[in-house]
Amino acid sequence: MSDETYPGDLRYHPEHDWARVDGDVATFGVTWFAQDALGEVVYYDPPAVGDTVTAGSSYGELESVKAVSDIIAPASGEVVEVNDAVSDTPELVNGDPYGGGWLIKVRLSDPAELDGLMDEAAYRAYLAGLNG
Amino acid sequence: MTELQRTSLFDAHVAAGAKIVDFAGWEMPVEYEGVRAEHLAVRSTCGLFDVSHMGQIDVTGHGAREFLQSVLTNDITRIGPGQAQYTLLPDDNGGVIDDLLAYALLDRFLLVVNASNIAPCVERVTSLAPAGVTVVNRSPEVAMLALQGPTWAKALTPISSPEPFSLPYMEATEATVAGVPCLVARTGYTGEPGVEIMCPAEAAPAIWDALMAVPDAPVPAGLAARDTLRLEMGYPLYGNELGRDRSPISAGLKWACDLKHGGFPGAERMQREAEDGTPDRLVGIVLTEKGIPRGGCAVMADGQQVGTVTSGTLSPSLGVGAALAYVSPDHAHVGAKLSIDVRGKEKSAEVTSLPMVDTSPRKEHHS
Repeated sequence: MSDETYPGDLRYHPEHDWARVDGDVATFGVTWFAQDALGEVVYYDPPAVGDTVTAGSSYGELESVKAVSDIIAPASGEVVEVNDAVSDTPELVNGDPYGGGWLIKVRLSDPAELDGLMDEAAYRAYLAGLNG
Repeated sequence: MTELQRTSLFDAHVAAGAKIVDFAGWEMPVEYEGVRAEHLAVRSTCGLFDVSHMGQIDVTGHGAREFLQSVLTNDITRIGPGQAQYTLLPDDNGGVIDDLLAYALLDRFLLVVNASNIAPCVERVTSLAPAGVTVVNRSPEVAMLALQGPTWAKALTPISSPEPFSLPYMEATEATVAGVPCLVARTGYTGEPGVEIMCPAEAAPAIWDALMAVPDAPVPAGLAARDTLRLEMGYPLYGNELGRDRSPISAGLKWACDLKHGGFPGAERMQREAEDGTPDRLVGIVLTEKGIPRGGCAVMADGQQVGTVTSGTLSPSLGVGAALAYVSPDHAHVGAKLSIDVRGKEKSAEVTSLPMVDTSPRKEHHS
């Protein structure tokens, strides 16, 4: 398990997904909060390269021993890469949710969607609200 | 909204880093370090579970044995003082009100029932009890700890008097554990050797702390590991595999129903089902590709639904998706090729023998 962190260079979706933007390609994953709530991840069902993902919709599933969690796309686009390392070693999502535990890379179809996501401060405030 | 109850070990769970969930009206530890690590610890060394939410019902008085013989499915005349027996409490139609362990003790019979079924069990047994037989729900004042795994005796010996080694499987004895007078029973729900320790609720933290301080201490283990351990053994869970809607026969529990003598509610239905067969039967299934089956998933063969998953998980011991499911008799034989519809994706699977994990060198049965 990793320590609770929310890097400042990411954009956050309320379903506890993050996006790291590099030009017109963004890397997606789930936040520390999401993996902690799910527990030890034992299975990752990814989309295929070439699939289209839609902001706010599920593009895959993460499963712990006890539960299934849909993974929500923080922005829309076409899948250009899938992290096969997570399929083989799903607990990467727990140990390194923002690094080795990334899930897919997407060529963004509407980069303006990113403006609707939260920055670190807003996401932390959002999490604090969930606990209250 | 109903207030959630806490066992006397709640603070111990929080101190041990438990993730707490609502279970049958109780705030219970679902996992500590993680379900997989806890599961594997119970299979290789030992783990300690708080099962204080379970119910204890005393049945006493002249005629208590004959009374229980008339309301429970198993033959209670086969156990003598200090012995335990797996049995079921059927309703008038032969549906299952609960599955339970009945103990014959020197001064009473003790029924240990599921947390979610304490009220229906007390109500059923009380309503049928004849004059002279007394039914007392002692659940609120009794705590129960399950110490399970091959090294259980190493953990218990330093704090138990008498030493627990010689107690046979499915027998119970009075013992002093960490200075607390207890009922110690060689029972459990994991398939591993071990004991269940019943004590006054307020004394449970002393036993928990003492066990955690011995050199071969158990790992704290939560309800999630308890569920994956029992699933690998094929033990039914009330609400998943058992309920009012079916008799024990299709669940493979004929061995716990004394059909030869009968005389309990639903006996005739069970005798008929045992003879004629049932529309479906409980089997164990493992996936032969990646994926995790879950309760409610359809079991398919040749494009047709032939059954439904009642419990599913990733088996920590086997590393594959594993399930218990009711399937039609045509597909209930070991090795039958099936598939499971996991949220729209068909995963190939086959019927496996139960238990899925061979614990026979350290043989145990379940509560």
